[in-house]
Amino acid sequence: MLRVFVTTLLLCLSTTALAAKIETGDPTLDAAFEQLLNRDFAIKAEGVNALAESGNPKAVELLRGVLEGRLRYLKKNKRLVWMEKQDGKYVAIDALNAEEYGKASKRKFKKLAINNKMRGQIKGLLAALELSDPDPAVRLASVNTMLQDSDRSQAELFSRLLKDEQDPAVREAMQGGLALARLSAPDAAQRLRAVADVSDSLQPQVRNGLRRLVDSDPDEAVRTAAASALEKIDGRVAFFGHVETLFFGLSLGSVLVLAAIGLAITFGVMGVINMAHGELIMLGAYTTYLIQQLMPEMIGLSLLLSLPAAFLVSGAVGIAIERGVIRFLYGRPLETLLATFGISLVLQQLVRTLISPQNVPVSNPDFLSGFWQINGVLSLTYNRLYIFVFCLLVFAALFFVLKRTRLGLQVRAVSQNRSMARAMGVRSARVDAMTFGLGSGIAGIAGVALSQLTNVGPNLGQAYIVDSFMVVVFGGVGNLWGTLIGGLGLGIANKVMEPWAGAVLAKILVLVFIILFIQKRPRGLFPQKGRAAEG
Amino acid sequence: MLLMRILKNDRGGQVFLLILLAVMIAVPVLNGLPADNPLHVSTYTVTLLGKYLTYALLAVAVDLVWGYLGILSLGHAAFFALGGYAMGMYLMRQIGERGVYGNPELPDFMVFLNWQELPWFWHGFDQFWFAILMVMVAPGLLAFVFGWLAFRSRVTGVYLSIITQALTYALMLAFFRNEMGFGGNNGLTDFKDILGFSLQADSTRIALFLASALALGIGYLACRALVKSRLGRVAVAIRDTEDRTRFIGYKVEHVKLAIFTFSAVLAGIAGALYVPQVGIINPGEFAPLNSIEVVIWVAMGGRATLYGAVLGAIGVNYAKTWFTGAFPEVWLFALGGLFVLVTLLLPRGVVGLWRRKGDA
Amino acid sequence: MSAVQEMFRRDRVFDFMVPKVVNGLDLSHGTVLYMEDVSVAFDGFKAINDLNFYVNAGELRCLIGPNGAGKTTMMDIITGKTRPDKGTCWFGSRMNLLQMHEPEIAQAGIGRKFQKPTVFEYHSVFENLELSMAGPKGVWRTLRARLTALEHERIDEVLELIGLRDVSGRLAGALSHGQKQWLEIGMLLMQNPMLLLVDEPAAGMTHQEMDRTVELLTSLAGEHSVVVVEHDMDFVRALNSRVTVLHQGSVLAEGSMDQVQNDPKVVEVYLGE
Repeated sequence: MLRVFVTTLLLCLSTTALAAKIETGDPTLDAAFEQLLNRDFAIKAEGVNALAESGNPKAVELLRGVLEGRLRYLKKNKRLVWMEKQDGKYVAIDALNAEEYGKASKRKFKKLAINNKMRGQIKGLLAALELSDPDPAVRLASVNTMLQDSDRSQAELFSRLLKDEQDPAVREAMQGGLALARLSAPDAAQRLRAVADVSDSLQPQVRNGLRRLVDSDPDEAVRTAAASALEKIDGRVAFFGHVETLFFGLSLGSVLVLAAIGLAITFGVMGVINMAHGELIMLGAYTTYLIQQLMPEMIGLSLLLSLPAAFLVSGAVGIAIERGVIRFLYGRPLETLLATFGISLVLQQLVRTLISPQNVPVSNPDFLSGFWQINGVLSLTYNRLYIFVFCLLVFAALFFVLKRTRLGLQVRAVSQNRSMARAMGVRSARVDAMTFGLGSGIAGIAGVALSQLTNVGPNLGQAYIVDSFMVVVFGGVGNLWGTLIGGLGLGIANKVMEPWAGAVLAKILVLVFIILFIQKRPRGLFPQKGRAAEG
Repeated sequence: MLLMRILKNDRGGQVFLLILLAVMIAVPVLNGLPADNPLHVSTYTVTLLGKYLTYALLAVAVDLVWGYLGILSLGHAAFFALGGYAMGMYLMRQIGERGVYGNPELPDFMVFLNWQELPWFWHGFDQFWFAILMVMVAPGLLAFVFGWLAFRSRVTGVYLSIITQALTYALMLAFFRNEMGFGGNNGLTDFKDILGFSLQADSTRIALFLASALALGIGYLACRALVKSRLGRVAVAIRDTEDRTRFIGYKVEHVKLAIFTFSAVLAGIAGALYVPQVGIINPGEFAPLNSIEVVIWVAMGGRATLYGAVLGAIGVNYAKTWFTGAFPEVWLFALGGLFVLVTLLLPRGVVGLWRRKGDA
Repeated sequence: MSAVQEMFRRDRVFDFMVPKVVNGLDLSHGTVLYMEDVSVAFDGFKAINDLNFYVNAGELRCLIGPNGAGKTTMMDIITGKTRPDKGTCWFGSRMNLLQMHEPEIAQAGIGRKFQKPTVFEYHSVFENLELSMAGPKGVWRTLRARLTALEHERIDEVLELIGLRDVSGRLAGALSHGQKQWLEIGMLLMQNPMLLLVDEPAAGMTHQEMDRTVELLTSLAGEHSVVVVEHDMDFVRALNSRVTVLHQGSVLAEGSMDQVQNDPKVVEVYLGE
C-alpha cells in the first residue's frame, strides 16, 4: 500500500516534470509503465510490481507481453501496442483497445527491456496472479504449470497460499508441489520427510525428483528411502497401467459383443450366416447421423431417439431380408452365406449412392465427452464407460427377452427342434422372421454405439463382420453368455497384446489364436449340446 | 490316348478345350493383323483375355474343392495372391538398377524405407526356377498347414468357411504393413521384364496369354482326371456324407488335405500368371471380397462341372469390365444382385440350364 | 518288481514302444469283440451303463431291447463314433478300438450297416459298391486305382446277391427305401469285414426280402461274425441265434430266443411283444 502511494507520488512528480509519456486510460498502469520505460532496472522492477498489483484486468496479459517481448511502446501516439508481424511487415495493434495503427518500421516500436532477474520476477508475479484467480480450474492449472519448473521459490509461494486455499484439488496439488520442493531441501532429515510425504503421489515430477535423489543424494538413508518410494510408485503406476489396459480391453470387447450378439442369435437359432450383419450395423450408425441432421441442436436427445429408430430400421431391413431371400434357402447355409453377402454389397452401394461415399460426421453429445480422472495416471473416457454399461444393459435385456418372454421361448424351441416346435403349434416361419428382426435390430443399436466411437462410412460394416464372426465362433454358437465372455475376452486379449505387438499384429495374432482354438474346441467355448447340434 | 481317356463322357470339357484351342490360335493371329483391320485384336485385349484366363484357373481350383469336396473356401484368393507375390518378388528383383533409386540389389520401396540389405526371404528370387518353385510351395504350404489344423479337428461347413475368411483377412492385414517387407500397401509394381523379355512388348504379352491358356487347359485336365478317378468319387462321397465315408475306411482328413493343397497350388499358379500381365500385386488381393467373388463365378457358372467355373469366371469378369466402364456405380448393385439371383434361382448355375438332370 | 527292474526287463518292450494298433486280428482266444464295463453319459443321461458284451468268433448274435436301451450308442462306440467315459472295447485280443479312429476301425475289419440307409446319393449303385470295396485306402493309391477284372466280378456277385444288378447304373438317391437298404447291405458285403454290425436290416422289407436277408446273414456267420440289432421279433426268431437283451444301457438277459422270451425281467420290460 505504501509502495503504491510512493510510486504514484513519484509518478505524479515525474509527470509534472516530464510530459506524460504513456496513455493507457488507467493512471495506475500509466505510472507502472512509465517506470518500465526508465533506464534503471531497479525502477523497472518496481514498475513490474506495480503492474502486477494494479488490479487491472489486463494486467496478466500485459505482464506476459512484457515477459515475451511482444509488448511495445509506440512513441508517436504514446500507446502500448502489440508488435505483430503481418506479411513481412510490422503492424501495431493497441494493447488495450485492440485498435489497429497500421504498419510501422521496427525502429518505431520501443522495447520495454527487461533482464533475467526481472524475468524471474515476472514469472513469479504471473504465477501468483493466476493463483489468486477466482476460478479453481485456473488455479489448478497454474499450480500444475508451476510444478513443471520445480523452483524452490515456489515452495514459499505455495505454503503462503495454502493457508487460504479452499478447493481440495488445488490444495492437493499445492501440497504436492511443496513436498516436491522440499525434496531439494538442504537438510537431509527434511528430505527424508519429504520422501515419505510424496511416496503416494503419482505425479511424474515427483518420480523425477525421487530419481534424482536416488542417483545423486549424498545421504544414504535418503537414497534408500527414495529408492523404495520410487519402487512403490512404479508398482502403482504399473498397476494402473494394467487397469487401463483392462478398461480398454473391456471397452473394445463391449463393442465386439454388441456387434456380435445379433449374429449369435441369428446364427444360433436359425443356423443362418448373415454376411449382411455388418451392413445392418452400418445402417444403425447412419440412422444416428440422419437423426442428428434433423435435430442438430439437441445432440443428446437425438442420440436417445436414435436407439429405437436404429432398432426399427435395421430390424425392418432384417425382416425384409429374411422374408425375401433367406426363407427360401433354409437348410442350405452356404447358399445363405453367399446370398446375404450379395445383399451386403447392395446395401453398401445403396448408402454410397443415396447418402455419400465419404464418411459422415456424427457428433458426440456432451454427456459422452470428457473423462473421469481417477488419479494422476488413470483417466477413463466417458464414452467408453457408457458403451460398456450400455453393452451390459443390452445383454441383460436380450437375456430377459429370450428367457422370460413367450417369443424367447418359441425362439429357443425352434432352434432346438424345429419340427417338434411346429408340431406344438409354434409358427416357425413367424418366429424366424421375428428372430431375424431381433438380431438385426440389435445390430442397429450396436451401430448407434459405434457411431460414437469411430468413423461412420459405407465400409463400417466390413470392418466388424470378421470380428463378429470370430466372437460367435469363439464363444459358441447360439449362446449369449458365450458371446459376452468371448467378446470381452477377445477384446482384452487384443488390447493386452497391443503394446508389444502393435495394433495390426495383435489383431492378426488374435485371428490365428482363434484358428488354433477351434482345433481344440471346434464348437466354441460354450457349445450347443445334444444330438440336434450335431451336423 | 490319355487326353481322350480323361475327356471321355465330358461333353462340356471337350467343347471347352476346343474353344480354348481355337482362342489360343486365333488371338495371336488376329493381334498380328494391322491395327485398322476390323478383326484386329489389340494387345490390351490380349492382356485382358489373359487375365480372364488366370481367373478361370482360379475358379477351377475353387470348383474342385467346393463342387467336388464340399469345402466352401472363402479365402482362396489368398493362395492366388501368394502365388502372385512370389512371381512379383522375382519380377522386382529383375528390375535391378532400372528402379527409381537405381539400387541394383534393393527394390525401390526398400530403399525408401532405408533398409540396408535384402531380407532373408527375398534371397533366391532372382532365379526364375526358384520363383516358380515358391509359386507352388508358398500357397501349398499354407494350405497344408491350415488344412491340417482345420480338417484334423473336423471343422466343417460354415465354421470352416468363416475360418478361411479369417485367414485371408489376417494375411491382408499382415501384407499391408510396410515392415513385412512385401511393399506394404503399395505392393510390388513397376516391373520391367520377365526372363529377359520386356513386359511391355507385344510378343511377351502374347506369350503370357498363351501360357495362361495352356495353364488353364492343363489345370482343367488335371482336375478332370482327379475327379474321374476313384479319389474323385471318394471326394464326392465326403461332400455328401462325410461320416459314412469314414466308416467305409477312408481317411477323410487325408483326402481333404491332399485335394485342398492341390487346389491351392493351382490357385498360386494362376496368381503367378496374373501378376506379369497386370503389372502389379498389392495386399488388396487378399481382401475377403475377392475370395467371395471367385465363389460367385463358380456358383454362377455351375458348381461341380469344372467348365462351368471357367464360364462363370469369364462371364462375370466380362460383365464387370463392361459395367465398371459404362456404369461404375451400378456394378456393386449388379454383383450383389447376382449373388442373390444365382443362389435363389440358379442353384446349378448357368450350365445347369442345359445339363441333364441326374448328372452328379 | 521295482521300477528299475521293470525298466530292464528283457522279455518285454518299453510301454511307449508298443504300437497302438497292431495289424492282424487275433482270434486265438475265440472272441471277436470284448466290451467290458463300458459307460457313457450324454448331458447327465447314462446311455450305456456298465455294459459287458462279448461276441464269439463266427457267431451270429441278435441284440434287442426297447427304444432308448442304447443299442445304436453301443454300435457307435464299437465303430469309433463315440468314445465311452470308461470301460474297454477290444477287437480280437489285440486291437484296442478305443484308440482307433473310424477309418482305422473300418479297415481293421468292422463294418456297419446303419439304421437309416446312408448310401452315397450322388453315386451310382455300382460306384457305391466300388467305394466300399475292401482294400488299401490311402490317398495316392486311391488316385491311381483302376478297377481290376477280379474286383469287377466281385461287385457283380454282390449286385446279384442284393438283387440290384438291373439298376447298377442308377443314382443311389433315386432308389426306393427298400432298395437302399439292400444297397447298404451290399456295401457292407463289399467291405468284407470280420465283424458285421447290422442295425435294423428288416425295416421296410417285404416277407420275401426278409427271408433272403435271413439266409444271407446266416450264411455269413461262421467265416464272419454278425451282430444284428432288430425290433422285428419274427425276424429275430427266424435267425435262430443267441439273443442279448439290452435295457437302459446294460445287458438285461442273454440266451436263446425262447429263454429270453420267457425271462420274467424281459417280459416286464417289454410288456410282451
